[in-house]
Amino acid sequence: MPHEGPHITVRDLTMAYGAFVVMHDLNFTINRGDVFIIMGGSGCGKSTMMTMLIGLKRPAKGQIFYADVNFWDSDPEARDTIIRRAGVMYQGGALWSSMTLAENVGLPLETYTDLSPRQIREVVQMKLALVGLAGFEEFYPSEISGGMQKRAGIARAMALDPEILFFDEPSAGLDPVSARRLDDLILQLRESLGTTMVVVTHELASIFTIGNNSVFLDASKRTMTATGDPKKLLAETTDPTLRLFLTRGEKS
Amino acid sequence: MATPGELLFEQPSEDTLRVILSGRWKLGKDLPSADVVRQKAKGAPAVRDIGIDAQGLADWDTGLLIFLADIWKFCAEEKIRLTSTGLPQGVKNLLELATAVPEKKDARKAGERVSFLTNLGNEAVGFFRSFSDLLEFVGEATVAFLKLLRGKAQYRRVDLGLTIEACGAQALPIVTLISFLVGMILAFVGAIQLKMFGAEIYVANLVGVAMVRLMAAIMTGIVMAGRTGGAFAAQLGTMQVNQEVDALKTLGLSPMEFLVLPRMLALALMMPLLALYANVMGVLGGAVVAASMPNITLIQYYNQTTGAVGMWDLGIGLFSSAVFGVIVALSGCMRGMQCGRSASAVGDAATSAVVTAIVGIIVATAIITLITNLLGV
Repeated sequence: MPHEGPHITVRDLTMAYGAFVVMHDLNFTINRGDVFIIMGGSGCGKSTMMTMLIGLKRPAKGQIFYADVNFWDSDPEARDTIIRRAGVMYQGGALWSSMTLAENVGLPLETYTDLSPRQIREVVQMKLALVGLAGFEEFYPSEISGGMQKRAGIARAMALDPEILFFDEPSAGLDPVSARRLDDLILQLRESLGTTMVVVTHELASIFTIGNNSVFLDASKRTMTATGDPKKLLAETTDPTLRLFLTRGEKS
Repeated sequence: MATPGELLFEQPSEDTLRVILSGRWKLGKDLPSADVVRQKAKGAPAVRDIGIDAQGLADWDTGLLIFLADIWKFCAEEKIRLTSTGLPQGVKNLLELATAVPEKKDARKAGERVSFLTNLGNEAVGFFRSFSDLLEFVGEATVAFLKLLRGKAQYRRVDLGLTIEACGAQALPIVTLISFLVGMILAFVGAIQLKMFGAEIYVANLVGVAMVRLMAAIMTGIVMAGRTGGAFAAQLGTMQVNQEVDALKTLGLSPMEFLVLPRMLALALMMPLLALYANVMGVLGGAVVAASMPNITLIQYYNQTTGAVGMWDLGIGLFSSAVFGVIVALSGCMRGMQCGRSASAVGDAATSAVVTAIVGIIVATAIITLITNLLGV
């Protein structure tokens, strides 16, 4: 597996709900090992963008390439195989409510590996410990707090050691310290495992701390207006909308 | 307490209108409306300048804000200059805040009115589309079932066990009650009619055949549609809302195999057992009524029942109940999987699941009765 080069390429993508076009003409590349931020104001289609990247919603137009494979033109089995190499953390965690945390994290392992139950238990304990939830194996999702559910969601997304991890609004609804800890976790995972991270967020603090590449979706123009390192974008941009977004609307 | 809000007009010159606000300007019935200002301004088309004088204002809340916003909008439309004196600073700030982000024009819901015929046509098309949805769902469920037969389906045995418990053992009390009572009702109704011919003993035939062949299956079907079909729809619907179904899909796990299959299997297995149990309960209910009649003994009733009810009756009854089980599970799961992403959508899904299941049960009964009639069994 190469450690350089494009991991996901988005070409001429249009997102639409029926006749209502949310975003059009999106072109950007996510490189291997990037922490890639999909940013933009509320309602600009960030989360929709992610549902297309992870194969839940077919784009109205355009292509998404995983390495060289045209994702949406592949047959469903091929798509499944690609997406199985990715982990997804959903906005609310989306843990299966009828299962304990251990079962949640263990299910992908049971399904796709030949590990013995004992090994699975050990892997599960490891993953939960990584996100700071050691000892919560037998808890049900409804018995833990929202922030813990999100972290458990990350543990489940990491269960199969994916090549790419998607995060939908990881720090939304978290207190500043937990949000910061989550950012650190994302950075550490990227550094130790080399995982490509795609993060949908509008939290400025997170964007500048973790992101080294990004795309900005402008809701008023209905297209992307910038892509690149968010810190560089802040320094160089002349686009007032992007500047307003990146400076939290403060007048400079 | 200050006087309620009051509105006065002055027209110092041809092209200026002074609007004087005074008193307590709080939301309520007695607040003057901005329409009065509109009327006034429209009545004097020469007015190019409206000045608001709020020096006499005692107290205010959102009532004042909407009044001013309305005038502001009107002035912008008619290109009239708007000035103000004596407005509290807070009001100015809030008005500025409310107008800071321009209204998003294309985000408004299109409020186009559709003619009755168009509406009717759309509804009809939607109705027929729902058939193709149904066929698609049944097809997917069949594929999942075939995978199960080949031992390739991915689901948790624990889920199957839990569902079997929920729609089997836990349904016994209500099935007991309903089928016992239905047996009794049949016996009462039958006894009154048969008494006229002195043939009370045939109550046993009536109750036995009706329960075993038809009623037990239908009654358990309807009970399970309300009890379990609705629950399935609500469970799966909530899983849609929480993105749990998405989480399954992105793991490459088919929700059809993982969620729908165990539920369908559990109901299809448990329904015949429940119907069998309901048979016994219904006949018992009939027996209680018959035993209270002067010239029938329990032994007679028993003998009469075993003589009347044949294996065909039992087989048809159990077959129907298995079919109903699949119908209830399918409609529950289908409505759950089609559920939208809101709390009210979950409610709709549960309602629709029960309705679909009951309609399905009645239609299936009609078809089965027709076929058995043609076959002469």
